[in-house]
Amino acid sequence: MEFDNNIPIYIQVIHDIKQDIVTGVLGLGDKMSSGRDLALKYKINPNTANRIYRELEAQEICYTKRGLGTFVTEDGERVSQIRKDMANELLEQFISGMSKLGLPKNEIFLLLEEKFEKYDGTDIAQ
Amino acid sequence: MLLECNGLVKTYMSKRAVDNLSLNIERGRIYALLGPNGSGKTTFMKIAAGLVKPTSGSIAFCGNNIGVESKKKVAYMSTEPFFYNYMTVEDVGKYYQDFFEDFDMKRYDDLLEKMELSKKDHVKTLSSGLAAKLKLAATLARKSELYMLDEPLNGIDIIARDRVMTAILETIGNENSIIISSHLVDELEKVVDNAIFIKNGGVYLAGGAEELRATHKKSLVELYKEIYA
Repeated sequence: MEFDNNIPIYIQVIHDIKQDIVTGVLGLGDKMSSGRDLALKYKINPNTANRIYRELEAQEICYTKRGLGTFVTEDGERVSQIRKDMANELLEQFISGMSKLGLPKNEIFLLLEEKFEKYDGTDIAQ
Repeated sequence: MLLECNGLVKTYMSKRAVDNLSLNIERGRIYALLGPNGSGKTTFMKIAAGLVKPTSGSIAFCGNNIGVESKKKVAYMSTEPFFYNYMTVEDVGKYYQDFFEDFDMKRYDDLLEKMELSKKDHVKTLSSGLAAKLKLAATLARKSELYMLDEPLNGIDIIARDRVMTAILETIGNENSIIISSHLVDELEKVVDNAIFIKNGGVYLAGGAEELRATHKKSLVELYKEIYA
């Protein structure tokens, strides 16, 4: 994973993990890697990895079973909420960017529609 | 506290290589020792490793003077190659095992595999990158309380750097600490707990990496550029 040096590392990794949960790469109730393995996976500091789990726990995205490890929440609603929050964040960035270009709402809608038509609405990620 | 230095000075003739350097190293943390060439990083490491005597000031490892006992617990990797040319990679392991009580041959084998080194290779035939990885494998195979790695990424290509960083991350635990000196600040940015900026032989700025970034609103890379430009 490429890191942006201007954003705290733990925030970037949390975002990546949330994305894995939202897209189902990490399923409800799945066991997560240990703090140590997380550090090795992302090549980050082990103390940062532990902080990431503390943060995810505080946000009720995962929970720790004593002696067993850390698990993804089993609450599907919570995951839907995360998806909504992440989508909302992207939308806000998008809208603020478009407004800075001086584009009114109806033109933004038109541009979006055009873009979707171009990509057939399926693999827009490309 | 693992290592405590107060007002450390080292002069060579009229040159002050280390000048009133004070810093503390805690357990369970990875430190970046940053500064341009000639700022005193290597001299400091050599003093802590017991290879160079300070001119004045105090330095203590676990509360005791640097000496035979501290050397058993401190693994120092210098920038210079330190193996004999006639040795094979396997010999280097045996040589280390003879020298250091805390050397773990199994870990050495494991590190060699990860670094893609073969035990049969002769030291003199190794490319500079492989020789650098061999130094690191031998150093990290010790179960030491303090590791000091002087420029561990020098001569190592981008792909292999990942392996080196993984090996370093595998080594850190709650009880030991690692000091890494490098001018490749970017590579250390996400790995270290603390950063120590050395300027003219002394500590110019030091602190937790996350706190430094938050206080100065800058990455370590940007801070580095600002301090040494």
